[in-house]
Amino acid sequence: MEVPFSLLIGIFFAAAVYLMLSKFLVRILLGVAILGNAVNLLLFTTGRIVREVPPIIPAAFDHQVAVTANPLPQALILTAIVISFSFFAFLLVLSYRAFQDLGTDNANEMRVAEPAADIAPPTGY
Amino acid sequence: MAAPAASAIDLSKALVLAPPALADWLVILPVAWCLASGAILLMLRKNVRLQPPLAVAALVVLLVLDALLLWRVIDGGPVTMVMGRWLPPFGIAFTVDLAGALFALFSALVALAGGIYAAESIDASGRRYGFYPFLMLLMAGVSGAFLTGDIFNLYVWFEVLLISSFGLLVLGSEPRQIDGAVKYAFLNLIATTLFLIAVGYLYGLFGTLNMADIAAKAGERRGDLPLMTLGVLFVLAFGMKAAAFPVNFWLPASYHTPRIVVSALFAGLLTKVGIYALIRVMVMLFPVEGDELSFVIAAAAAATMIFGALGAIGQSDTRRLLGYLVISGIGVMLAGIAVGGPGGVGGALFYALHSMVVMTALYMATGVAGRLSGAFDLNRAGGLYGRTAFFSALSLVLFLSVSGMPPFSGFWPKVMVAKAAIDIGAWWLAGTVLLTGFLTMIAVGRVWVLAYWRPANIPAAPGEGAPRTSAMLSLSALALVTVLVGLFPDPLLQQVQQAASGLAEPSAYVNSVFPQGAR
Repeated sequence: MEVPFSLLIGIFFAAAVYLMLSKFLVRILLGVAILGNAVNLLLFTTGRIVREVPPIIPAAFDHQVAVTANPLPQALILTAIVISFSFFAFLLVLSYRAFQDLGTDNANEMRVAEPAADIAPPTGY
Repeated sequence: MAAPAASAIDLSKALVLAPPALADWLVILPVAWCLASGAILLMLRKNVRLQPPLAVAALVVLLVLDALLLWRVIDGGPVTMVMGRWLPPFGIAFTVDLAGALFALFSALVALAGGIYAAESIDASGRRYGFYPFLMLLMAGVSGAFLTGDIFNLYVWFEVLLISSFGLLVLGSEPRQIDGAVKYAFLNLIATTLFLIAVGYLYGLFGTLNMADIAAKAGERRGDLPLMTLGVLFVLAFGMKAAAFPVNFWLPASYHTPRIVVSALFAGLLTKVGIYALIRVMVMLFPVEGDELSFVIAAAAAATMIFGALGAIGQSDTRRLLGYLVISGIGVMLAGIAVGGPGGVGGALFYALHSMVVMTALYMATGVAGRLSGAFDLNRAGGLYGRTAFFSALSLVLFLSVSGMPPFSGFWPKVMVAKAAIDIGAWWLAGTVLLTGFLTMIAVGRVWVLAYWRPANIPAAPGEGAPRTSAMLSLSALALVTVLVGLFPDPLLQQVQQAASGLAEPSAYVNSVFPQGAR
């Protein structure tokens, strides 16, 4: 199952990179969302994919008796989902504020912090 | 269901059964303290008068905790504490070695200076919107990143400090801040995502996230694992966080936009976490791959140094100029990492500690200068020397220190890095370090001549005749540190060299996580 998943992740990454290369904030946002999901799938796949067997040790044993699902990648993904969700929420609000304050969602036209017409420093004393 | 027979299971193989010694709690205390005081300050958000004294007191405690931790690590080597009683590599380990403890101590110093500076420069609205809680949470992230011994945990602390830095960056909500924050936020999020991708692959390859475990396994299983791919991903991710040349454009786009004390804290703390992580991963975990990538890192280092210094020369706004100087300093640290060995890595560590103090102080000095002369623009500033000779002298000390002049703290790490580079025959890299010092001297020398020596062009605004006490206090303290380290470099020099050899030969680190070879 890992091979088709790898292909799927590759498609996710390609779509994310393509969207993030855009200069419009909305597309970059979509790219970031897809990127986060691509990484989550990647983490899931690196833990190897097995059937849905809970990793529970039966009574009277001190180790697992069957091949069970790996719980650690799921914990990692859960952490990553929470983090990427909160960051996405922040970026969404930030982009909206940027659109309101700067009047554009085109990154090339956001030149308030770094004005296009830069003032050169004085050359003489 | 019958309970399993107690005799069949030996819990001591999986769990820590003895409670950790009281002194071991120091390992986690800096982080726990920052989180707790951040939460308390968040609850007191509306009480704008109580916040500065409380936060400064909390930061003093943090400084003391980090100093005690450093003392303990110098005394007895790396210390480990495992969360939730699970034995490593299953439990999340916090492992502090000399490098981590040194960085934690200097970051606490910088944060304390920032907290004092902010007492008068952040207004009531800034406090109500949570400057101090964000500062404490930022410190939780920074301390956690320096102290953790688990690579996924390192990622989590990166995100903690990143989200706190977002909060600090947009404090004030001016259009230029929003503009800077958009670029900062998107690019830094992509950088940490790259880091997470690398962590995912690392877990897939090693099946463990504990750094000591990885360091030991990487040595055993090199050859049948694609570690080079992993190394490149880590270098790219941490290079982006540290603002190395081709991926550094988020820094000059954003660092000059927030409140000046926020810029000062960012310059002191954030990029250095990237450098620390790069050293931790490429020197300690994957030394062979780090060696093979050393030319790439060296080329990036040279470009970072030169373009940073040239960018600084080309700026008329002093805050933007400092952003480029931060980048140029990152180049020196990268050069040290690329050269390697106790001289190179030790020099990189030393330079990072120096840069934390001096870049923070420089931003603060620029804030004071901008307030006094009414402008950050070099075309309009002037007359500072005639008005406050003491402040001008402090600024001159910082200018000389950042360009690497003796007898200040910037001199020694540059000597270490340049000497280590010459020793391995990399003359061009040593030459670039020296040339960067020269170009930096031109950039800051011009600031000195124009903003300080030159008679004032514009009349001073009323009520801004003298610098604020809090600003001068923190500025003098940081300047004192750079002078003292410059005059008496020996103690710190020995510690960074020992830290560098502890990173290159992590047996003490591994032993602290896996006592009596239990791995």
